[in-house]
Amino acid sequence: MIGIEHYLVVGAILFVLGVLGIFINRKNVIVILMSVELILLAVNINLVAFSAFKGDLVGQIFAMFVLTVAAAEAAIGLAILVIYYRGRGTIAVDDVNRMKG
Amino acid sequence: MIETLAFYLFAGLVIAGGAMVIMSRNPVHSVLWLILAFFNAAGLMVLVGAEFIAMLLVIVYVGAVAVLFLFVVMMLDIDFAAMRAGFIKNFPLGIAIAVILLAELGLGLGAYGSGGIELGSPDSAAAFQSDVSNIEAIGALLYGRYIILFEIAGIILLVAMIGAIVLTHREPKPGARGRQDIGKQISRRPEDATVMKNPEYGEGIEL
Repeated sequence: MIGIEHYLVVGAILFVLGVLGIFINRKNVIVILMSVELILLAVNINLVAFSAFKGDLVGQIFAMFVLTVAAAEAAIGLAILVIYYRGRGTIAVDDVNRMKG
Repeated sequence: MIETLAFYLFAGLVIAGGAMVIMSRNPVHSVLWLILAFFNAAGLMVLVGAEFIAMLLVIVYVGAVAVLFLFVVMMLDIDFAAMRAGFIKNFPLGIAIAVILLAELGLGLGAYGSGGIELGSPDSAAAFQSDVSNIEAIGALLYGRYIILFEIAGIILLVAMIGAIVLTHREPKPGARGRQDIGKQISRRPEDATVMKNPEYGEGIEL
């Protein structure tokens, strides 16, 4: 029988894959954004698993809001990417230092 | 039995998809693997009985976010080979951090599995009812108790939409062809544009 731990393990592995993706694709912002989506998906899997196995719907409601924020973040991130590409002709994030941060 | 089989199928494909997203050379392939991962995550959620979130994953993630990624990847002309330059160099550090993170998450999971973590009791107002479907229960909760949060989510999406438009909108150069000047357009009168003439027979009109 599949218990809650199985789902939590899937969520944990997916989360770690997302973090790993951010580290190994340091130059490619598009893949970094996809990795962030993977991390949020892992969070959603955890929320839904707890919600289902504990019999409390609030987890699923919260997963919906995570989904909303993920969609907004992807839209804004890709918009920033497009204007950055227009100005520079590249999307390499190593030399994003215009603001000297 | 069939549930166990389905779980391992979905879980394996989610993880394989996630791994291929970060490993594949071509970002277009990355997006396609991401779509596979989302579909199988939706399958996992159907297995636990969260149909609404599963459908939302398919519609929002696959239908909107992944397609947006695909558009941007194909719109920008990028040398993806150069993008992978630091891949090998960053790999050991990435793996080290991933292993540490996984060990920590495993510790947390072990603590939860052995009963070391006390979770609060489920909210009675949001508890599952056997006679109400998942979608109906979520709808009742979302449009009742969490209506403020729901509207704030709408405002977040509105702000994101306006932000994306403002960021990417390019004002055309003044006087460029195809530029619409609404003031000029609506201040135009028929008498400025047309002339009535009544020429004699056999004579032409001088323009």
